[in-house]
Amino acid sequence: MATVDAGTRVASPARRADGRRGYPLSVRAALAWIGLMLLVALTAPWLAPYDYMRADVLSRLQPPAFFGGDWSHPLGTDELGRDLLSRLLISIRISIVVAVVATLISTTIGVALGFAAAYFRGWVEEVILTLVDAQLAMPFMIIAIAVLAFFGNSLLLFVILLGFNGWEVVTRIARGLAIAADTQGYAKAVRDLGASPWRIYLRHILPNIAATIMVAMTLNVPNVILLESALSFLGIGIQPPESSLGNMVGYGRQYLQSAPWILLVPSVVIVLTTLSISLVGDWLRDRLDPTAGA
Amino acid sequence: MILWFLARLGRALVTVTLIVTFAFVVLRLSGDPAERYFDPNDTPPEVIEAFRQAWGLDQPIWIQYARYVQNVVQGDLGNSIRENRPAIEAVVERIPMTLAIMVPALVVTLVLGLAAGVFAALNRDTAVDRLIMGASVLGFTVPNFVLGLMLALVFAVEFRLLPSGGSATLAHHVLPVLTLGLSGAAVIARYTRSAMIEVIGQPYVRTASAKGAFWRRVVAVHVFPNAAIPVVTVAGFMVGSLVAGAVVVETVFSWPGVGSLLVTSVNARDLAVVQVILLLVGVSMVAANLAVDLLYGVIDPRIRRTGAEEE
Repeated sequence: MATVDAGTRVASPARRADGRRGYPLSVRAALAWIGLMLLVALTAPWLAPYDYMRADVLSRLQPPAFFGGDWSHPLGTDELGRDLLSRLLISIRISIVVAVVATLISTTIGVALGFAAAYFRGWVEEVILTLVDAQLAMPFMIIAIAVLAFFGNSLLLFVILLGFNGWEVVTRIARGLAIAADTQGYAKAVRDLGASPWRIYLRHILPNIAATIMVAMTLNVPNVILLESALSFLGIGIQPPESSLGNMVGYGRQYLQSAPWILLVPSVVIVLTTLSISLVGDWLRDRLDPTAGA
Repeated sequence: MILWFLARLGRALVTVTLIVTFAFVVLRLSGDPAERYFDPNDTPPEVIEAFRQAWGLDQPIWIQYARYVQNVVQGDLGNSIRENRPAIEAVVERIPMTLAIMVPALVVTLVLGLAAGVFAALNRDTAVDRLIMGASVLGFTVPNFVLGLMLALVFAVEFRLLPSGGSATLAHHVLPVLTLGLSGAAVIARYTRSAMIEVIGQPYVRTASAKGAFWRRVVAVHVFPNAAIPVVTVAGFMVGSLVAGAVVVETVFSWPGVGSLLVTSVNARDLAVVQVILLLVGVSMVAANLAVDLLYGVIDPRIRRTGAEEE
């Protein structure tokens, strides 16, 4: 228990520090970037000027337009002459979709376990909290690498696996809030009216704590993007011919000297995206979350 | 105090057990080892049966589990297929190389992070504060493989000051250590700053200043020790991201440590080695957390007491 409590203790000063960063202008820029990324994620196949897998050896390693290249390939080409803009758009799509789906999975797991701990208390709660502690003690990336090593890689397995990233954070939040909500009037009132536990938790408690859960979800997305891109960078995440932002950086690494743009462009996109989502997440936490700073 | 320590130790053992169990479950779920070693189509069934008996695969699952735990305790974790020798040997021999970048990186993280955080807190809302915090935010949204490659691009490719890969000389240490250390320092700086600011606002700090104590003394005696408590907890979690970071950074800089061995082994499906590394990381993480818990108790007597009552 003490480890869990210690974790919550450090969370509060950090919240206050985050509050100072929520300047509307930066948030607006961040939201614009996130909007652009979501648009790309939805429409990438139609936006891409070329087939992202089409190799064209005659125009390999062309620099981007602003780097001395021409506008036929605005971001240049890679070692096989594939158009980098097209690859970038498709990679953004994969990275964003994977991050969003994985976050939905981890939130579902987290809320379910958190509510189970809050409802059953006793040994169920002890078991869940022990699992939370064990997860906190183990870097998730190492677990993910081990699982991928043993089971081999497929897109489905990979997404489900990333869906376990951050479940322990949501579990702790959901448990804490549900226990607090349970003692509040409205939960007691609907229980006395004869509502089933399912109804109390899903129809009454969940909507009341949804804001905090959504903030946690938002803050989980950049973590998943970073984890996915790191694994893909190492060659054990998204597998070719599919491509994610991490894959592009991984490939570009071999051309660090001769064609640094191959890795610079996806790197910038990763940084801007995670930065934007973190900014918006922190800002949301300060705006929406009534328990922040409590 | 002893009770408190035993409670911590018990919790650590539970975590280790969970990690070992996880390794066992993953190992068994990933397929029948007999089928991994033999092609069922051209191997006589007697051979497979003998193999299964020899390895205890015909036993009930809990006996297999007990046997697995026994092997783990005895350090018998199978052979590396790639190197054809005990997996544990292949891993252990890489440990010094990993520590050679992780320990200096931890020092960079703590020294730079604490210094930047304290400095920012004491100069709150000035340009320096905003600069440090801006760098800190950037520090942990930039993934360490990107940071590593950027550092390599600037210092190795552009200015040719440092080598971009390998481990031959001291100069080879610089970029991996910086990459690992800087991203950690960003996190520590942010937590230190908020913890310091929180403590500076406390009445006892005002009292100490009102007594006429020098501000420098107030910070050293009253503010910093109290601010250190949450920071120590974060530092404990940092060890985990340091381990994960080492996997990436070693790969970026072709550093022959445990992390790059892990990546190579995954790609070669050298499962025994992967398993050893999984257990090694688990045990080191638990040990690190235990150390942090102890340190925590030393720094803050209140925690020691409530911890004992609670258990």
